[in-house]
Amino acid sequence: MARMKFLCDADRCIECNACVTACKNEHEVPWGINRRRVVTINDGTPGERSISMACMHCTDAPCAAVCPVDCFYTTVDAVVLHSKDLCIGCGYCFYACPFGAPQYPRVGNFGSRGKMDKCTYCAGGPEADVTMAEYEKYGANRLAEGKLPICAEMCSTKALLAGDGEIIAEIYRERVVTRGYGSGAWGWQTAYKETVAI
Amino acid sequence: MLRASLTSFAKGARTALAAFALLGLAAVLVPSDVRAQSINPTASAVTEEQLLQALQPGGEIAGRVSIPDQKATGLIKPGGQDWRAFHQGTMLWITAIALLGMLAIVVAFYAVRGKITIDSGMSGLKILRFNSFERFVHWLTAGSFLILALTGLNLVLGRYVLIPLFGPEAFAAATQWGKYAHNYLAWPFMAGLVFMLAVWIKDNIPDRTDVAWLKAGGGLLKKGVHPDAKKFNAGQKGIFWSVILGGAALSVTGVLLLFPYLAGGYADWQLVQIIHGIVAAVLVAIMVGHIYIGSVGMQGAFDAMGSGEVDFNWAKEHHSLWAEEARRKQGGASAGTPGARPAPQPAE
Repeated sequence: MARMKFLCDADRCIECNACVTACKNEHEVPWGINRRRVVTINDGTPGERSISMACMHCTDAPCAAVCPVDCFYTTVDAVVLHSKDLCIGCGYCFYACPFGAPQYPRVGNFGSRGKMDKCTYCAGGPEADVTMAEYEKYGANRLAEGKLPICAEMCSTKALLAGDGEIIAEIYRERVVTRGYGSGAWGWQTAYKETVAI
Repeated sequence: MLRASLTSFAKGARTALAAFALLGLAAVLVPSDVRAQSINPTASAVTEEQLLQALQPGGEIAGRVSIPDQKATGLIKPGGQDWRAFHQGTMLWITAIALLGMLAIVVAFYAVRGKITIDSGMSGLKILRFNSFERFVHWLTAGSFLILALTGLNLVLGRYVLIPLFGPEAFAAATQWGKYAHNYLAWPFMAGLVFMLAVWIKDNIPDRTDVAWLKAGGGLLKKGVHPDAKKFNAGQKGIFWSVILGGAALSVTGVLLLFPYLAGGYADWQLVQIIHGIVAAVLVAIMVGHIYIGSVGMQGAFDAMGSGEVDFNWAKEHHSLWAEEARRKQGGASAGTPGARPAPQPAE
């Protein structure tokens, strides 16, 4: 089985936010929730870099470790998913997540956050694959249909890569060697405890 | 005219050619790595490695987002993993040791010392120890604390203890209700703290009798030893101040957890949650001891918060200075008339 990962090549990302829009549209994500976002570091300076970020589907995921109701699980493809039926909206996963991935439908006073929502790597949830029940809670299950996440699939500059970690790392490594520079596999050290060696 | 212009053109062309030749020569002479640098688009670019190294504890790599949600500007905050390590390591152990350790101490104490009885037996004479408002304040705080403690412990330990017993669905449903109970019962608990402070602070100022009481070990360890005490002995004063100070810490941190955007950023939430968890674990341990001595641990103690009236002999043994004063104030009844019940009056 593949070990699915995301890799954003910041030297290619043009901050078009199409991944953000595609994600919201594909999964009918409600207003106010962004499973994916594009953050621009050093905006306006010659060295600015934009990175598209969502749940990184960490190895040994912190969210899963701290969840008091143990609602997270990791699929055979190493995608970190959760059950909205079990989630109590406590917010612990948000405290623990290094990427700000967990989202809540309500802005959180009095524990009224609602069920947590996050990037599913377009892999749905615990419900049966490609069912209405799954779609309503978690959005489309493209992985079950043999497709990769929509954000990476439609990225116009192919900055955002999704797929087996080894394969996308090789693509990135090749790019860096060919063009002679690279600002790093953003988030990899934090999420996977390894980075792409050039 | 034509010749003149041709000559000037040839002259210009020669000059231009010479200039190009010079440029070409210069290009050949410039070392290639310098040339590569001058076209390197990443020369001044940020790299993740640099930013991670420059990060302060609790800091985050953040930038600008073009979506309206300005809370989404953070990119990477590795501090989340430190909180996770604390919460799943130290916090878990502190909670388990505080709870199980105190239960073990209480059981061991009961095994060795047994129930502390009234040495001189029940007199049959009752005096009022806590009036109805004091009892209301106590049970308001105690009842809400009990639920808060159980639902709080459930968040830390339930996953390991209760999910295997009840299954994930039933446990998640109960924990959801537990969360609501925790969020809403925090308010009566805080009200209880305020009342408690107002009603009992005057009896809980440490004084000289406390030193003697502590030196005698409170008389807890040996039968027949009863150091003098006023309305509250040093142990009870300790309980009072733990509840007031611990409760205040829990209230402040709890309110910040309920209204996260009052607390600041995510690093503040993590710190607040850590303080809340540790103080709660310590206070739970203290309360296990308090509940023990106020119920099965000591004969006649529960009456103080039950009916509000305690046996006069109990009062004489455990609160000698207060018992005399209370009897004088409540008047009429004397120890020599067993069975006489003074009319309930405020203790003070």
